[in-house]
Amino acid sequence: MPQNTEIAIDVRDAVKRYGPFTALKKISLSIHDNEFFTLLGPSGCGKTTLLRMIAGFEDVTEGAIFLYGEGIDALPPHKRPINTVFQNYALFPHMSVLENVGFGLEMLGKSKAEARARAGEALEMVQLSQFATRMPSQLSGGQQQRVALARALAPRPKVLLLDEPLSALDLKLRKAMQVELKHLQRETGITFIFVTHDQEEALTMSDRIAVMSAGELQQLGEARDIYERPRNVFVADFIGETNLMEVTVDAINGGRAQCHLGGGHKLTCDAVEGITPGAKVHMSLRPERLFLSVEPVENESLTGRVREMIYIGTDTATIVDLDGGPQFTVRSSNSSRGNARTFEPGTEVAVNMEHGAGRLLVD
Amino acid sequence: MAKPYDLRHYPGFLGVTLLCLLILYAPLGVVAVYSFNGSQSITIWEGFSLRWYVDVFTGPESAKFKQAAWNSFIIAIAAATIATSIATLAATAVLRAGKFRMRTLSIGLISLPLMVPEIVTAVATLIFFNAIAFERGLMTILLAHIAFCIPFAYMPISARMQGIEASYEQAAMDLYATRRQAFTRILLPLMMPGIVSGFILAFIISLDDFIITNFVKGAGVETLPTAIFGAVKQGIKPNIMAISTMLLAVSIVMVTLSWLIGRKDQKNLIQQRKKK
Ligand SMILES: Nc1ncnc2c1ncn2[C@@H]1O[C@H](COP(=O)(O)OP(=O)(O)O)[C@@H](O)[C@H]1O
Ligand SMILES: [Mg+2]
Repeated sequence: MPQNTEIAIDVRDAVKRYGPFTALKKISLSIHDNEFFTLLGPSGCGKTTLLRMIAGFEDVTEGAIFLYGEGIDALPPHKRPINTVFQNYALFPHMSVLENVGFGLEMLGKSKAEARARAGEALEMVQLSQFATRMPSQLSGGQQQRVALARALAPRPKVLLLDEPLSALDLKLRKAMQVELKHLQRETGITFIFVTHDQEEALTMSDRIAVMSAGELQQLGEARDIYERPRNVFVADFIGETNLMEVTVDAINGGRAQCHLGGGHKLTCDAVEGITPGAKVHMSLRPERLFLSVEPVENESLTGRVREMIYIGTDTATIVDLDGGPQFTVRSSNSSRGNARTFEPGTEVAVNMEHGAGRLLVD
Repeated sequence: MAKPYDLRHYPGFLGVTLLCLLILYAPLGVVAVYSFNGSQSITIWEGFSLRWYVDVFTGPESAKFKQAAWNSFIIAIAAATIATSIATLAATAVLRAGKFRMRTLSIGLISLPLMVPEIVTAVATLIFFNAIAFERGLMTILLAHIAFCIPFAYMPISARMQGIEASYEQAAMDLYATRRQAFTRILLPLMMPGIVSGFILAFIISLDDFIITNFVKGAGVETLPTAIFGAVKQGIKPNIMAISTMLLAVSIVMVTLSWLIGRKDQKNLIQQRKKK
């Protein structure tokens, strides 16, 4: 982390308990100024809870939350310069689009004229100027979503919270909104904290991602870090598709770990801290970092038989049964420059690893 | 396409429906029709006339009925207004103040009066006023009406409020509204259809209450129902039918109003939900 980046939101050892149930277990994370930050995790892992604590709707059982260095735990929601795009949008049904968007400014004590003018600008930002006089019920789902966004941006908060804002939209609209959100974040310079359970969405949009599970922070880093260097089984499995193999570490030499799989297949990959020879651990092998050949390319490739080839548009997934061992999925690109080859089921093949394809997982 | 479990295909459906409608509405129909009868008789039709309506407003009993109608409307408006305000606050406390101790008890206490036989409430109210030596008159009627109207006003208001997600108020507070502003600017307008229904229901209930009113009213103070009852004791005259028909018309207008408001609002909400 660069030393000169300002911290927008600092969550320190935050614990949230509902009666006997602990929803968040000592979460610590710092969100930088002007960052597109994503909280990623399966449903029920506590993303909304953390967001609501930042917004001020839930109190912090233990620990503290800071906004640009100042403790905000004692402030009610309306005193925090933080706005939220709610998952169900929560547009006020009895107010026009313009009144909805101007509401925050009006509550901040701006004059009616200024509130209207700035609400108009915010609507322009989301390309909805022509709908200003409509009621929310007269808009499509995607338009309602953008009104909610304009409403939260209009008062120019220091931090914008977005709780799965795209989950109700269909795929095409969702992709378009992903681009638009990213663009809005750059344009406004407001720190975005974005919540999603969709790992692909998180990878596409975020500067940094915090992966959560069962109320705990599993890993925090840039998309590439998290995808290529997952820290544990949960992260490797949750982000993208992977082959998770149980391996035994035989030796560690010069930063490389020599391991073997069931069936006696040998594999070498970068050693990671905390793993010693003799340990039984998991290894993650991304399917697109593997390739098939008829003859082994190196002396270390794994051998097996093709079970099935599945055509999935851009790629082909080949499922291979390793000799005496587990099943593997290998992905190859279908582009003309790609490496997709057709193998009949039952063909003997070698599974080869690109450099750095395998990743040892501590737990 | 016929639905497999269409109610209309049950044997006897039509007969039972017609019988129910007949029992419910035939007496009302007879009263309404005979209020326009030209004769003294309440059973023999002698041609259309408005004489009994004229009689209500100018006849020998008109002063009595005018005073009673005035009392009834004043009490109904005051009782409905106060009961609706209290019910709105009660619903807000029960549904929006989180889980507080005695919350379930509160809900029970608010709706229990609906299940207490009215005669019991009447006697109890009378005993209460006697015990505190409160002189009987319009004021005792008003207080009693406020008390028994609260649960009726509460029902549509709380039903409405349950349908309003808490996220609207949270969104308001997120946008710098104080709790009070979130209530007045967001929750109250959204609850308005429920509040109007509650008010109308309380108004009608108060307007036609007889048992409790009869117990707690002072000597010489009458509301329309007690005045009608008093008049009927001396024999039914068609002017009673005219008054009843007018009361019925007021009720129909109020109920229709309430339904129209509810329907328009429901449409809006459903439209918005469908989009998501
Ligand atoms: N008010 C509450 N009372 C009790 N448990 C709650 C409450 N809110 C959330 N939880 C629990 O906390 C956990 C995390 O919830 P949430 O933050 O909504 O998850 P996510 O947004 O990641 O899907 C869930 O197990 C949920 O049941
Ligand atoms: Mg959630």
